[in-house]
Amino acid sequence: MNAEDVDQEAIERLYERLTREAEEGGYHLNPDVPFTKNLVRGLIVNERRYGYPSCPCRLAMGSRERDRDIICPCDYRDPDLDQYGACYCALYVSGAILRGERELTPVPERRPPMAERRAQEPVLPASSLPWPVWRCRVCGYLCARTHPPEVCPICRATQDRFERFL
Amino acid sequence: MQWTHVEGKDRGKVRLYALSTCGWCAKTKQLLMELGVDFRYVYVDLLDADEMAQAIDEVAQLTSQQAFPTIVIDDDRVIVGYRADQIREALGP
Repeated sequence: MNAEDVDQEAIERLYERLTREAEEGGYHLNPDVPFTKNLVRGLIVNERRYGYPSCPCRLAMGSRERDRDIICPCDYRDPDLDQYGACYCALYVSGAILRGERELTPVPERRPPMAERRAQEPVLPASSLPWPVWRCRVCGYLCARTHPPEVCPICRATQDRFERFL
Repeated sequence: MQWTHVEGKDRGKVRLYALSTCGWCAKTKQLLMELGVDFRYVYVDLLDADEMAQAIDEVAQLTSQQAFPTIVIDDDRVIVGYRADQIREALGP
């Protein structure tokens, strides 16, 4: 089957799930339903193409390691919601946008170019803490344990989205 | 590279680099069609590896980043993102 051929039922199912999970976590999907369902379709296409649902508005390289920061919800969603009231592709919007108190405007790309992304890997000094502290790059959840959890208990991001924080 | 030609009014050479999965790209293409402009578009995510690398290079040279949609008018003016006001101002009646 062609990755582009997504049936409406699959879109509806994922749309329902994302809406439920967003609202449970204090996030909101874009209330422009046709626009949002088109993005959901893009997520399904990317999941089929690459094996992970990378941002529909960014060009994926096809390698999970290189595209990890743009797997939806991307590492840049929360700062973009704070600053612009929407994430880059506008799948997620802030409460102010949802309530019509703020207008949706284009969100500039905050993702650094590839060379800078690699250079930004933090080098942490040796820690005197009894456990390392891990940070979820998607939602900021922190936990002190030997390894990060398999799935973020707050936002459901996978283990590889965690970074060592302390 | 496989460009799709949409016929319309001549407002210069108008090219749109887009992604087939992107909502803002879809809105941009829709706006160009509403304005009735003659333009060519390419879905960069659907290109083969060599052509994709070429398209990424072209966009990077024009914008110093890699963002879609990117509109290029007469190899000169560049509009990145769905900036409806700028697009209307540059290509509208």
